Amino acid sequence: MAAAAEPTAPSAGRAGPNHGLRIFLLWLPAALAADLVIWFIWGPHLPPGAMSNSAASQQFDLQVLAVMAAPVMLGVLIYAAYAMITWRARGDEEEDGPPIEGNTKVQLSWITISTVLVLFLAAFGTYELVVPAGAGAGEGPSPIWKPDGKPLVVQVIAQQWLFTYRYPQYGGMETAQLELPVGQPVQFNVTSLDVIHSFWAYQLGVKADANPQVNNVAYTTPGHTGQVTVRCAELCGLWHGAMFDYGQVVSVAAFQAWANHTEVAMTKITKTLPPYALTYTPNEIKGLANFFYQAGLPGAGGGYYGNQYYPNEP
Amino acid sequence: MSLPARIATVVVAFLAVVGGVVFVLAHYLLATPPTVDFTAGHVPGQPVSMTFMTDPVNDVSSHPDWVSYFARSPQTGQWVHSTIWQLPAHTRINVTAYEFDTCDPLRNQLMGEVTGTIGDVMTVSGEANGVNGTGISVVNSDTTCGVAHTFSAPELGLNVPLEGVLYTAKNQCTQGPCAMSFTHTTTTFSFITPGPGLYRWQCFIPCGLATVDGNGHAMSTLGFMTGYLDVVA
Repeated sequence: MAAAAEPTAPSAGRAGPNHGLRIFLLWLPAALAADLVIWFIWGPHLPPGAMSNSAASQQFDLQVLAVMAAPVMLGVLIYAAYAMITWRARGDEEEDGPPIEGNTKVQLSWITISTVLVLFLAAFGTYELVVPAGAGAGEGPSPIWKPDGKPLVVQVIAQQWLFTYRYPQYGGMETAQLELPVGQPVQFNVTSLDVIHSFWAYQLGVKADANPQVNNVAYTTPGHTGQVTVRCAELCGLWHGAMFDYGQVVSVAAFQAWANHTEVAMTKITKTLPPYALTYTPNEIKGLANFFYQAGLPGAGGGYYGNQYYPNEP
Repeated sequence: MSLPARIATVVVAFLAVVGGVVFVLAHYLLATPPTVDFTAGHVPGQPVSMTFMTDPVNDVSSHPDWVSYFARSPQTGQWVHSTIWQLPAHTRINVTAYEFDTCDPLRNQLMGEVTGTIGDVMTVSGEANGVNGTGISVVNSDTTCGVAHTFSAPELGLNVPLEGVLYTAKNQCTQGPCAMSFTHTTTTFSFITPGPGLYRWQCFIPCGLATVDGNGHAMSTLGFMTGYLDVVA
């Protein structure tokens, strides 16, 4: 373009089109459209969906961040595209372009806008990090908040390579099937019998580490019925990739029927389980130490069950 | 050194490195046990018989002290050191399991329950097998030292605790595949295969001795205590 190829002195006045205005007019509708799409179309479909509100805070944060970032990204891209099209070298032009001179207005605008954006995001991020509770992640054995009402307690027991679920309010029954009632607060007590796993109930927005000897509490309230994909989210050995199952969120009546039936059906195996506890130590299973001691064995897993323990001093 | 010699040296070195990588990939990382085919000659609608054994030792691998499964090939009648078994879909599989290993406690006693088999039961030779011989549904590994290994395919809901040989038993197997003359238990059960697919199965006794949590070695190696049910149409 002539104005770019043949720079004129500032005092000569505006010799060419107002590029800043052009870029702004290109950017404004694109930024508005992008933000509207992000907020009203993309936002409501952010993973992990809306089966519970456990991840609502993260979904909101992502929406806000995306709405803030999209105009910035579009500004950079539109400017770059405009520059490449408008100020490109044409034909056999070989000389350098005009020297870039400082523009106080542009620089101040850029610094001001960047500062406002960054400071706002810092304040917003700090607020979101501290204030909203119940992110769906494990909160350790002593959560700083609890949901209203009496939650259904479901103990998630991870082991290589399977999740099982124990329901202390239903006789301590344990099953390989995760079944939850809709609309009722659920308290997951997550633990492990061996290595570190991670209980990830995707659609519920719950992901909590399953550590041996730790009770990691996470809350959720299923908002509607449907299937829940449960996966291990911590690399845990050969079959980590196969450590998944599918739970169900059902009506309260259906859950009660399932729980009552399962409790009765599992009576025989439930009697052989250790008493319900927040964590389990396999080498403290009743009779196990004595068994290995008498057999003169180190126990399965070498020293894990322990050749260091003694029947009279468990 | 002349230029051709230098080039030749670089080429040879490069090929040696590439060859080494290919060898490691092919020989160690991508190698799988052979597939034992239980589908050959299968008549649709008819059940398939499958026989396997669990041994405390094996004499067919570089890890003779690892516990291991063996499957009997329906074609040759020979015991095959493999845990990849091909089965026909939607078919009743009648299983006979010979168990030669001594018992260990289950990490999670829930796996002492028989599930996913027809009737959710199994039968064990020489035992009362429940009320009127209908089958055993639960084995307590803690109090009776009842379980040596399990045959479990979580995706299918299939779990069968295989009762073990007492530590005090005489004539325990010392050479695998174990001869039937060694002390063993015999478990039978049946299950229905699902649609075509690859379904992993594993033992839930932490029997990878001397490894962290007992789930290394044999527990984490195809051909020993874990494998696939390759269900085909």
